[in-house]
Amino acid sequence: MSELLKVEHLTKIFTSGFIGGFEIRAVDDVSFTIKKGEIVSLVGESGSGKTTIGKLILRLIQPTSGRILFEGKDILQMSKKELRENYYRQVQAVFQDPFASFNPLHPVDRAFDLISESYLTDVSRDERKELVRDALRQIGLNPDEVLGKFPHQLSGGQLQRILIARALLLKPKLLIADEIVSMLDASTRIDVLNLLGDFRDKYGTSVLFVTHDLALGYYISDTTIIMYRGTIVEMGDTEKVFQNPLHPYTRMLLESVPDLNVKWEFKGIEPEKEEGTVYSLQGCRYAPRCPRATRLCFVRRPELIEFEKNHWVACHFYY
Amino acid sequence: MAMLTVEDLKIYYSTPLGHVKAVDGVSFEVKEGEVFGIAGESGCGKSTLVHSLILRKPPMVHMGGRALFKGKDLMTLSPEESKKIRYTELSIIPQYAMNALNPTKKIKDIVWDLAKEHGYTDREEVEKLLRERLSMVKLSPKVADMYPVELSGGMRQRATMVVSTLLNPDLLIADEVTSALDVTTQRVVIELLHHFMKEGIVKSIIFVTHDLALLDKIADRVMILYAGKVVEIGSTEEVINNPAHPYTRLLINSLPRMGVQYKKQKLKGIPGYPISLLNPPKGCRFYTRCPYALDKCPSEEPKLVKVGNEHYAACHLLGGESQ
Ligand SMILES: Nc1ncnc2c1ncn2[C@@H]1O[C@H](COP(=O)(O)OP(=O)(O)OP(=O)(O)O)[C@@H](O)[C@H]1O
Ligand SMILES: Nc1ncnc2c1ncn2[C@@H]1O[C@H](COP(=O)(O)OP(=O)(O)OP(=O)(O)O)[C@@H](O)[C@H]1O
Ligand code: SF4
Ligand SMILES: [Mg+2]
Ligand SMILES: [Mg+2]
Repeated sequence: MSELLKVEHLTKIFTSGFIGGFEIRAVDDVSFTIKKGEIVSLVGESGSGKTTIGKLILRLIQPTSGRILFEGKDILQMSKKELRENYYRQVQAVFQDPFASFNPLHPVDRAFDLISESYLTDVSRDERKELVRDALRQIGLNPDEVLGKFPHQLSGGQLQRILIARALLLKPKLLIADEIVSMLDASTRIDVLNLLGDFRDKYGTSVLFVTHDLALGYYISDTTIIMYRGTIVEMGDTEKVFQNPLHPYTRMLLESVPDLNVKWEFKGIEPEKEEGTVYSLQGCRYAPRCPRATRLCFVRRPELIEFEKNHWVACHFYY
Repeated sequence: MAMLTVEDLKIYYSTPLGHVKAVDGVSFEVKEGEVFGIAGESGCGKSTLVHSLILRKPPMVHMGGRALFKGKDLMTLSPEESKKIRYTELSIIPQYAMNALNPTKKIKDIVWDLAKEHGYTDREEVEKLLRERLSMVKLSPKVADMYPVELSGGMRQRATMVVSTLLNPDLLIADEVTSALDVTTQRVVIELLHHFMKEGIVKSIIFVTHDLALLDKIADRVMILYAGKVVEIGSTEEVINNPAHPYTRLLINSLPRMGVQYKKQKLKGIPGYPISLLNPPKGCRFYTRCPYALDKCPSEEPKLVKVGNEHYAACHLLGGESQ
């Protein structure tokens, strides 16, 4: 499989507030690649930088530093025209919050019109209509139930699926899918995942599948990337990461998956320790929570190393 | 004692094509001290049901039934009365929590506006409480000084949760509050809800979610909806371990278990499409997708029947004769 997208030393620092503001290192020196036809899941705690990575790849925000190469071309060097005419035709995204992705003043059909007017110019109107209806049916929606409706007239899961249908309409080379099944019931979820898999098999679409649900990531993805506070702590072949998790954070994540019939013991809440210190930490971001941390962990950032073939980890324990 | 008693509630949307029967004769009770779970297919009416308890605005119409909350019928409250009890007695964390917060205001200002409206006068006190609660959901107290756009999806979800619970409502409705959270943060949120209940800060919770594994952890009882109707209701343990309705069974079967891969074993969802709520079938609303459907299923509506201790389901296979 050849490389489709290559992210190199990507960093994004946000500043909050003007005077006396503070910096948030949302993405901190992140590198990874997505091959053609590969489904990569991106997993990590809330606030770890997953959506930010998606937005950077779509050039909705500018990185502080680093490069993003799509088929070998640096997307940061692309002109507006090139982005519009070429890049966005091949790279589509569905973002986390379906309610915010629609214009509340227009029926949801408009989302399809905009995209087909710009990109499906060689297709006749009637054909376009049929394409849209097909796309909706594929994703388990009844076109008559959703077309012509305004966003507030649809449920969260219905909106989420309309966005997926729209993104797939162009048969993109890369789909950024940010928590796209979070508002769907178990049965619909499986249908949508199977659709992504089928789509990949048929059209070779690569997918960056952002998810908090480890079982779903395991089900659908070839490669898994685990993030913690802006950094990649572990990545590689999905089976290896799940069967032989190396990083203490990954292990903790896998142990906390809620399973039916396993009762939880309520431990009570411990208020969060000051976060700022973690973001400015010299060493491993996970050190303050890590049961294995040594002195070294607090002062030196561990690099990602290839522990076994196609399985990388950033933890001093494995040097 | 019942905190909320819903009786034969009908909430429709009026559209040019007719009524969308999103909640169609739903009855249940939420007891004091209990966490009541609601699950069901996407689009089956969960959000409609819980929102109708707080605020009904067109095209949402109340077509019948009652919702008694602490003795008052929520369906007959005036907008002023509803506003008064909102946040202090009855509060909702909406599903679109991610953009429910005013984007032009800092979290602390949003909270202060709200507290002021309900008669609070000491701003410092309110902010102190806000920072305390933020840290309980593993958010930095600095979040109080940030704008909603500066927060990630899951951070916003938690911030909204803090805002909605700050004035200690008796009944808290949480609509998909954990949907965008990773497993560890989900756990933090569930711990917090548990803490609220234990300390009596919140007396009852309605927890709407797609995540049955999570309901299993927190809910005392659950109700499964399908296309605007209750198909099953009972104690969480009973419903999850011993599901009676075909829909519930199929739903539980489609939960992905850790260790299954698309490449090796393709899982299947429930075949078929949800029915149209504009023209629902006269009989069982699940018959079009039900593998066990009987001759009478399309035309006769099954009633809820007792299938176990405080466990009810509506299906002809279980003897749900119409009276
Ligand atoms: N526009 C912004 N201004 C300031 N800070 C921001 C902005 N957008 C994101 N951040 C910060 O960047 C960090 C990463 O956010 P991001 O949205 O990428 O997280 P995420 O991994 O997608 O989390 P979630 O799972 O909760 O959606 C967070 O600490 C967030 O507060
Ligand atoms: N304003 C409206 N006008 C017409 N139909 C509506 C309106 N709002 C919602 N609906 C329809 O009512 C049904 C129930 O919607 P609701 O939002 O209650 O579903 P839900 O169970 O919360 O779904 P989800 O799990 O996807 O959030 C859906 O079929 C939806 O399309
Ligand atoms: S009533 Fe009939 S169609 Fe409905 S769930 Fe039972 S068997 Fe299936
Ligand atoms: Mg996100
Ligand atoms: Mg909903």
